[in-house]
Amino acid sequence: MWRTLDRGLARGIAVICLSVAVIGVSYGATAVTSGFPLWVPVATAVVVFAGSSEFLFVGIIAAGGSPVAAVLAGLLVNARHVTYGLALPDVIEPGWRRLAGSHLMNDESVVLALSQSDPARRRAAYWISGIGLLLCWPAGALAGALAGGALRDPGALGLDAMFPAAILALILPAFRVRRPRRAAVAGAAIALAAAPFLPAGLPELLALGGLVLTVRRRAAA
Amino acid sequence: MTGLAGLVPAVAALAAGTFAIRLAGPLLRARIQFSPQVVALLETAAVVVLAALVAITGLTSGHDFAGVARPAGVVTGGVLAARGAPFFVVVLAAAACTALVRWLHIS
Repeated sequence: MWRTLDRGLARGIAVICLSVAVIGVSYGATAVTSGFPLWVPVATAVVVFAGSSEFLFVGIIAAGGSPVAAVLAGLLVNARHVTYGLALPDVIEPGWRRLAGSHLMNDESVVLALSQSDPARRRAAYWISGIGLLLCWPAGALAGALAGGALRDPGALGLDAMFPAAILALILPAFRVRRPRRAAVAGAAIALAAAPFLPAGLPELLALGGLVLTVRRRAAA
Repeated sequence: MTGLAGLVPAVAALAAGTFAIRLAGPLLRARIQFSPQVVALLETAAVVVLAALVAITGLTSGHDFAGVARPAGVVTGGVLAARGAPFFVVVLAAAACTALVRWLHIS
């Protein structure tokens, strides 16, 4: 699997893992300084392994919300993974590997896989980045939880711009084709219009309405 | 805040539910044979969701606009990526630009 990686892809995976580790540090620090015991950010990083839902989960409980509300909000944020699983045919194999491969499914591993056209490289990008992230995200959370408040503000270093910029760079190749580009731009516009009014996670799902543009064009053709 | 007795089941429920969500796609794909058109549509759907995620995480903060700094970094990264800059340059430039704008207190 390692041999199918070229240097550009390997470096891309390394950069993503590193930036995720740094965001993990801020997650661990945020959780501990909001009053959670150390095991919460570390355990959630391993068993939930979906950053934005973990931030939300910890944030809602820290603000005095009920655990049920926190779980439901987290699951809503993670609902987008259904579309990821439907889009990745050959990457996740049957049997026990399907269970392991499903757990490795996240924004970064999926977008890295989709950025490769060759099936073997797709699989390599998905599994290697997925395993790397499963190590880096909890490691970052542990470091942040140990460091506590000292490393709490990721804003000063501009770290909050890394995630959207990385995903954007990786979906740009798909934009060279007209239909996905129209659907993606329309979907992003729908999500932005919905964001002020809807709970986190729903705008990304409503964005699927942008797909209507591709279907209609196909029916007309 | 919720005590340990409420926290453990909540973490377990979030983990189990998230895993079920992740497993749903591969299980459906294994059971149903989709036409090539539908397969292409499903892949486009993932790209659409990712694009929406870029817009939401790049431009908003909670239910509000994120301010100037973060969008400036994301746009800088996007322009560099479109011009063929290496991936690590894109990501680091985005962070650097956002940090610079914040440091200058433009937001």
